[in-house]
Amino acid sequence: MSADQIAIIAAMTVPLLGAAAIAIAGKAPNLREGVTLVTALLLLAAVLSLLPDVLAGARPQWAFDEILPGIAIAFRVEPLGMIFALVASLLWPINSLYSIGYMRGNDESHQTRFYVCFAIALWAAMGIAFSANLVTLFIFYEVLTLSTYPLVTHKGTEAARDGGRVYLGILIATSIGLLLPAIVWTWSAAGTTDFTDGGILAGHLDGPLVGVLLFLFMFGIGKAALMPVHRWLPAAMVAPTPVSALLHAVAVVKAGVFTVVKVIVYVFGLETLQAEPSAQWLLYAAGFTIIVASVIALRQDNLKRRLAYSTVSQLSYVILAAAILAPLSVVGAALHIAAHAFGKITLFFAAGAIYTAAHKTEVSQLRGIGWRMPWTMTAFTIGSLSMIGVPPAAGFISKWYLLVGAFSMEQWVAVGVVVLSTVLNAAYFLPIVFSAFARDGDNGGPEHGEAPWPIVAALTATAALTVLLFLFHQIPLDLARQMAGA
Amino acid sequence: MVLLGQFNYWVVFFLMMTGFYVVIARGNLVAKIVGLNIFQTSVFLLYISMGKVAGGTAPIVLADGALYSNPLPHVLILTAIVVGVATTALGLALVVRIKEAYGTIEEDEIHAKDDSL
Amino acid sequence: MIVENLPALQVVLPLLAAPLCLLLSRGRPAWLVATLISWLGLAISVVLLWQVKDGSVIHYAFGGWAAPWGIEYVVDRLAAYVLLIVSLIAAVMMPYAWRSLSSEIDAHLLPLAFTLMLLCLAGLLGIVITGDAFNLFVLLEISSLSTYALISLGKDRRSLTAAYQYLIMGTIGATFFIIGVGLMYQLTGTLNMADLAERIDALEDRRTLKTAFAFITVGLALKLAMFPLHLWLPNAYTFAPSVVTAFLAATATKVALYAMIRFVYTVFGTHFAFESMHIEVLVLPLAAVGIFITSVVAVFQHDIKRMLAYSSVAQIGYMLLGIGMATVTGLTASLVHLFNHALMKGALFLALGAVCYRIGRCDIDRMAGIARDMPLTMAAFVVGGLSLIGVPLTVGFLSKWYLLSAAMELGWWPLAALVLVTSLIAVVYIGRVVEAAYFRERPAGTETVQEAPAVLLIPTWILVAANLYFGIHSSLTLGVAGDAAAHLFGAVK
Repeated sequence: MSADQIAIIAAMTVPLLGAAAIAIAGKAPNLREGVTLVTALLLLAAVLSLLPDVLAGARPQWAFDEILPGIAIAFRVEPLGMIFALVASLLWPINSLYSIGYMRGNDESHQTRFYVCFAIALWAAMGIAFSANLVTLFIFYEVLTLSTYPLVTHKGTEAARDGGRVYLGILIATSIGLLLPAIVWTWSAAGTTDFTDGGILAGHLDGPLVGVLLFLFMFGIGKAALMPVHRWLPAAMVAPTPVSALLHAVAVVKAGVFTVVKVIVYVFGLETLQAEPSAQWLLYAAGFTIIVASVIALRQDNLKRRLAYSTVSQLSYVILAAAILAPLSVVGAALHIAAHAFGKITLFFAAGAIYTAAHKTEVSQLRGIGWRMPWTMTAFTIGSLSMIGVPPAAGFISKWYLLVGAFSMEQWVAVGVVVLSTVLNAAYFLPIVFSAFARDGDNGGPEHGEAPWPIVAALTATAALTVLLFLFHQIPLDLARQMAGA
Repeated sequence: MVLLGQFNYWVVFFLMMTGFYVVIARGNLVAKIVGLNIFQTSVFLLYISMGKVAGGTAPIVLADGALYSNPLPHVLILTAIVVGVATTALGLALVVRIKEAYGTIEEDEIHAKDDSL
Repeated sequence: MIVENLPALQVVLPLLAAPLCLLLSRGRPAWLVATLISWLGLAISVVLLWQVKDGSVIHYAFGGWAAPWGIEYVVDRLAAYVLLIVSLIAAVMMPYAWRSLSSEIDAHLLPLAFTLMLLCLAGLLGIVITGDAFNLFVLLEISSLSTYALISLGKDRRSLTAAYQYLIMGTIGATFFIIGVGLMYQLTGTLNMADLAERIDALEDRRTLKTAFAFITVGLALKLAMFPLHLWLPNAYTFAPSVVTAFLAATATKVALYAMIRFVYTVFGTHFAFESMHIEVLVLPLAAVGIFITSVVAVFQHDIKRMLAYSSVAQIGYMLLGIGMATVTGLTASLVHLFNHALMKGALFLALGAVCYRIGRCDIDRMAGIARDMPLTMAAFVVGGLSLIGVPLTVGFLSKWYLLSAAMELGWWPLAALVLVTSLIAVVYIGRVVEAAYFRERPAGTETVQEAPAVLLIPTWILVAANLYFGIHSSLTLGVAGDAAAHLFGAVK
């Protein structure tokens, strides 16, 4: 057994053992949260140890057991999964720090359950990132859905229950109703569900059936939030902010678009889809989602809901980039998974910080708040710039590759969508920034300063990462290029 | 003549349908069990009559070459009768308990009582 | 010596222990005997499966009378597989039965209840193992009669009417069955199932055979609660004592289904059943309609036991779908689901039984907020529910996977869609219970209850663990089911 295999096994066991340890340590909050942080750091170390070999072109594998004849629960680290795993495991320790400040600052109940479910969710995200075939991916996809349900309904109120109902209803309905048959169909057509360079369906399926299967996959992956199956994402905003930040801006939604990119690249294969006119609809569906979600975001006054719709729109950037089917745009898709993660988690962290310090949830209440919470609102500004795609934030890099890809394929619709949505992004983010730093602004209310230090530290870190990713994007870029063969 | 030659089947058929009808149509729980008994008895007759060999005697002590009826169906039906008796006994016991619990053994009255629960 | 007689011991042990339980006349010793016997039964069935795993077949001539004249017990892979299911469920539930039953029935009836459970077990095991059609009828009635009596032990007086209703319908079914067997005997002069199968080949166009086929399938369909002959089942499951419900739901209908598979595939053969009689024309639509209707009905039940009972009818429909497809994959799906459903429904009913043990009746309103008081029990219920829905890492996922592949292999898209839609309906009815138990407040005026005692929790969690274990390490179930299914087809081709 090689060192890489041990690292994979470690990545697949550490969060689970961590969850158990957190449950055991539940009575002692300091110990419990110490265990969370240690688990998160161990996971990060395991994932990082895989990076050099994957960059060098290795594809470490590890199979657990055959669950169905010919289909094993198997893991294989390829570049795209590496990007996703890196993003998730890098942000987990930061988010844990933030959670500690937030959960204590707001006196939330059931904190042990919260941290246990969090660890299981991260475990599921690792499983998705490293899965070697569709069945393994599906397994962890469902684990992710189920483990986040108690987090969404954490507050146990009527609103939480209703949000949880929509959340679970849409995610389970799409995954069992559409994704599962798509996987079984792929299995019966191609005889395998292994992710393979160049796709596995070439020669097994052609004509309009390709479009139908693509339909099943794209709407079956409800976590990618392609309209009209996006409604779970705003519904999930009833959760505590750390959940919205790491799970509904990073782990869960990125698992969705990650699966989309994986299916397009490794199951269909770019060339199969390029040759098939019935598969072109995806580009328009993604473009539609980007624009409409942006327009809806523009009209939301609740900050977290605005961010949620912004996420819906940004997720479809990834789908759009993949649907352009140019290698360079697929690079953009992979980069956007990382870039959006850092930017959006910063924005959510800021929203949570505002809620913790000032108990404000609406955009209209934020006038002048930047002078009371300068760190928070500066970080918010950086996150916004990344969403819009302005240097020096990471969002610029991914948008650049997306556009280059679109030009190379002469997909003018995609270009138009990106330009229009950039304007819309600016329209719903910049006013928040401007009014927060308005000189005359003082909306009254009790005096308050910054949120507790773990929160500020966490959001400063992610904002810094957003800028750093712009400056040092070589590693993710190399990984993405390897995957797309560009 | 074919029809008459198979008269045992007509008897079986008639009893079977009578019993089945009683089970379905009667609302009295004891009557249902009586119907069930008729229904089962028809099957006993079916088995017993099929074992008969024309001109055959009882298979008890045999001279070589004597023609005798097939004993196996009869043996089977002994078992089936035991099962039938057990079923009837259990059914009647249940009826007694139902009478104790509801004060009636008419199906519609029982339904009326349980709906009011 | 003992090893040679294992097929007989499998059935005879519980049969002989049953009167012993009655003679003991005290609840606790009777329970100990019953538990011991059920564990021995599990050991025997494991050994039997081990012996036939390579595809060999054990023939055991009862009393030394050789087949086809004497009664023969036959253990092949399929039989050993179902024996294992039944005896595993019995072995897990017997320890549970004591606490659960003693809270629901009078103390002086307890030895009787264990007598009946052992008789029922003997009958079910016998149906699986016997190679003689008439013997099968006798064992079917042994298990059924004890079942009627067990159901009537329920607290609610409606258990009496439920038992009566079941008695009438069950007896009609059994009588239909022996009419069919009698006609076959008349035609072939044999009752041995293997012998029957050989002789039938030459007689395929006889009207007597077709009539026999009709009687036998309808009779068994009544016993296995095929829609729309399922009317006895919801009441019986609702009002029987909890552990009886759990035991029946996990074994009785499965064994009747096994008998159906035996007759359709082994005795009559696929050629006669599907190409001459077209049984699939009857079975598939009924199964499909039944799955859908009973799933929907389950959503609107207040009594959770009744809800799970309707769900059971739907699940039986899945198994019938697999049988009706007449392909190796379809039959494998049926057999896999036979095992898996026993595990998931067993776990669900045991968890529910533990709730009933504490709060009396399992009404959805009474169960509101119960998860706070009984977290472990409700966690078991949730895992069982996930398995029922077909979430990966549970056995339910494997069942769904096989059913879907079987449907897609044939290109039957509507059926695939039906399986998916009804899985989603299962999300709704399981979700209702979960929401009530986790999100609603305890009803006003009720005291907080304690977590269920360990004797109830441990068996429940053993089945929950089995749901997860066999959902990941599936080689045993999938391997045996796949081999058995292939063998059933290979034997007649």
